[in-house]
Amino acid sequence: MTAPTAVADGTGRAPGATEDELLAHFDALIAEGETIEPRDWMPDGYRRMLTRQIAQHAHSEIIGMQPEGAWLTRAPSLHRKSVLIAKVQDEAGHGLYLYSAAETLGVDRADLLDALHHGRQRASATFNHPALTWADTGAIAWLTDGAAVINQAPLCRTSYGPYARAMRRVCQEEAFHVRQGYDLMRALCEGTPEQKAMAQDAVDRWWLPAVALMFGPPDTEAGGSDARTAALGAAVSRRAMAWGIKRHTNDELRQRFVDTCVPQAERLGLTLPDPAIRWNEERGHYDFTPIDWDTYRTALGEDTHWARRRIDHRRAAHEDGAWVREAAAAYAAREEAAGSPAGAGTGVPRQAQEERA
Amino acid sequence: MTTTSETPVDVPGVPSAGADLATYLLRLGDDALVLGQRLCAWITRAPLIEEDLALSNIALDLVGHARTLLTLAGRLDGTGRTEDDLAFTRREREFTNALLTELPNGDFAVTVARQLVHTHYAALLYEALAGCPDPELAAFGARAAKEVAFHRLHADRWVRQLGLGTPESAHRMQQGLERVWPYTAELFDEDDVVRRLAAAGTVPSPAPLRPEWERRVTEVVTGAGLTVPTPSWQARGGRSGLHTEEFTDLVGELQSVHRQFPGGTW
Amino acid sequence: MNRDDEGTPASWEVFLRARRGLAHQHVGSVRAVGPDAALAVARDLYTRRGDPLSLWVVRSDAVHAASPDERDPYFAGARHKPYRYPEHFPPLTEKGPEGDHDQ
Repeated sequence: MTAPTAVADGTGRAPGATEDELLAHFDALIAEGETIEPRDWMPDGYRRMLTRQIAQHAHSEIIGMQPEGAWLTRAPSLHRKSVLIAKVQDEAGHGLYLYSAAETLGVDRADLLDALHHGRQRASATFNHPALTWADTGAIAWLTDGAAVINQAPLCRTSYGPYARAMRRVCQEEAFHVRQGYDLMRALCEGTPEQKAMAQDAVDRWWLPAVALMFGPPDTEAGGSDARTAALGAAVSRRAMAWGIKRHTNDELRQRFVDTCVPQAERLGLTLPDPAIRWNEERGHYDFTPIDWDTYRTALGEDTHWARRRIDHRRAAHEDGAWVREAAAAYAAREEAAGSPAGAGTGVPRQAQEERA
Repeated sequence: MTTTSETPVDVPGVPSAGADLATYLLRLGDDALVLGQRLCAWITRAPLIEEDLALSNIALDLVGHARTLLTLAGRLDGTGRTEDDLAFTRREREFTNALLTELPNGDFAVTVARQLVHTHYAALLYEALAGCPDPELAAFGARAAKEVAFHRLHADRWVRQLGLGTPESAHRMQQGLERVWPYTAELFDEDDVVRRLAAAGTVPSPAPLRPEWERRVTEVVTGAGLTVPTPSWQARGGRSGLHTEEFTDLVGELQSVHRQFPGGTW
Repeated sequence: MNRDDEGTPASWEVFLRARRGLAHQHVGSVRAVGPDAALAVARDLYTRRGDPLSLWVVRSDAVHAASPDERDPYFAGARHKPYRYPEHFPPLTEKGPEGDHDQ
C-alpha cells in the first residue's frame, strides 16, 4: 500500500488550539446542526464509529448484491431481468459511494475490502440468508430495501458531510428498489396459485431478517425481552445520536417499518409470519413480537454456512481478479512513465487530502 | 432447422419480405439476448467493483436491444409472439444467435476478447441500420449505435490495459483472442435471407462491414502489443440453430423460472 | 496473491453538468488507472439516471485548494462586505424584494 492509510496525528488540528477548544468547536458545530467535513477536527471515537458504520454499510451493499445477483440469469421476463440488473448495479454503485465516503476518514478501500474478506469487518447478517426462489428477489427488495430506506432516510441528514451526501444519492436512487419489489410481489400474488405460494414462502423467510437485522439490536425497553442487550444497545445509540450520526433509535425505526409493511402486506393478500401483529389503538402502532436478539444473533453467527458462502464468493471474485488489477496498475505505471496523465501513484480523494494537509 | 424454410410464406417457396426481416431481426435479437445473459453471470464476480458496474451496464443495454428486436421480430413473422414468448418458450434449436455470443465467459480476458469482437461488429451494423428506410428500425439503430459505442471504448480500454499490463495479462489476453477468433467469421456471413433484404435496401448486410471491422480491431489489438489471430478453422452453425453444447445450459437457466410456472404472469 | 502488486489506482474528482445553464458540480470521486478509465467509471457511477450533458474528471492531486482553516487571507473578505448582498439595500418598490422584478 502506498497510499497513506491514516491521518498522521489522528486529527486535523489547527496549530495552537487546545484539545478542549477543538472539542468545544466540534460540539458547537454538531449543536448547530452543521455538518462535519473531512478537514475538521473530530474526536477519535466519532471517527471510529463513523468508519465502522460506513464500512459496514458499504460491505452490506456489496454482499447484498449476491442473493439477488444469483437470479439475474433466471429472471422470468425480460422486463424483470432489466429491472433486476439495474437494481443490482445500483447496489454496486452505492457500495462505491460509501467506500469513497469512508476514504475521506483516512482509511483505504483496499484495506476495508481486506477486512471484509478476512472477517475483521462484516456486512449486515440479513444477507446471510439464501435467496431460494425467484420470489425472494421481490421479498428482498420490498422488505429489506424497504427497511433500508426507513433506516437511511434520516442518514441523509447525518452529521458527517461526505456520508450525508453519499446517502442523499443512495436514497434518491433507492426509491425505485422498494417499489419494484412490491410490484414484483403484486404480480406474483395476482398470478397462479403456485406463484402466490412462492411469494408467501419468500415473505415467511425474509420477514424476520428484515425486521430484526436491518435495524440492529433493541436499544429501548420497548424493543426486546433481554434487558442487558437493550441497555447495551441504548448506550451505543445515545452516543451516536449525541454526535448526530443517527437520529432515531433502532426500535423507533423498526416500529416505523412494521407500521409501513402491515397494510402493504394486507393489500397484497400476504400474511406476515408473526401472529402477534395487531393494531394497538392506544399506542397508535402495530404490536409485534419483540425480537429475541440473542437467540437470533447466535443462530446467525459468522460461522453459519451462508455467512461463509457469501464471503467466499466475494473473496473468490477478488482473488480471481487479482491479475486484472495488477495488470491495470502496471499499465498505469507504464503510461505515467511515458508521460501521459495516467493514474498510478498515491493520489487520494481531494477531501481526504484536505484532511491530511 | 433452417430459418428460411420454416418462416411463414406468402408464395410457396419464397419467404415474404416480412418473414425475411423477422429472421434478420431475430438473429440480432438473439445475439444481444445471449451475450447479455452471459454478461449477467459476471455480476458479483468481476475483478473490480467498478467492473461489476460496467458489465451490468453493458448487459442492461444488450437486454434492452434484445427486447426491441425480439418484439419487432414477433410482430413481423406473423405469429404475434411477444419478446418473452421468444426468449422463454423457444427451444435451443430455434435460437439463431451467432456462436460467438454464447461462448462461455472464461477468464476476464476471454470476456474482453468476446466483447471486442462483438462490439466492433455491432457498432458498424447498428450505424448502418440507422440509415435504413424503416423509421422505427432506423431509430433503434441510432440509439443502439450510441450505446454500443460506449461498450466499444470499454473493450478497447481493457484490451490495451491487459495487453500492455503484466506478462501474465498479456499472455491471457492473447489466449482470449485465440479462443474467440474462430467464431468471428460467422458474424459476417451472408445467406439468401440477408442477400434478399440487402438487395431490396431494407437492411444492411454485415458482409461488407468486415474490412472496416478488421481495420478497427487490428488497430486495437496491435496497439496493445498483441497479435491478431489467424485461426486455421472457422466455426459456423448458430444462425441455423446448431449451437455449442454449453448452450443447452444457458437456455435451461434462462428459461427455468418461466417454465416452472406455466401460465404465470410476471 | 500479494495486494501490494496491485497498487491503488489514483483518485479523480468528478464534476457533472446535469443540465444546460448549470455549472459543473462536484459529485464525488472515483479511483481509476487513467483519465479514460476514470471517465468511464464516473459515467457508470454518476450518470445512471438522467441525461447529463457533460462530465469532467480531474486528478485529485491536481486540484489546488484553499482550505477553510486558512480563512483569513482567502475568505475573511466576504463576511465583512455586507454591501455585496442585496439585503443590505432597501427594496426598489414597496412590494418588497419581489417588486424588483416588476417590469
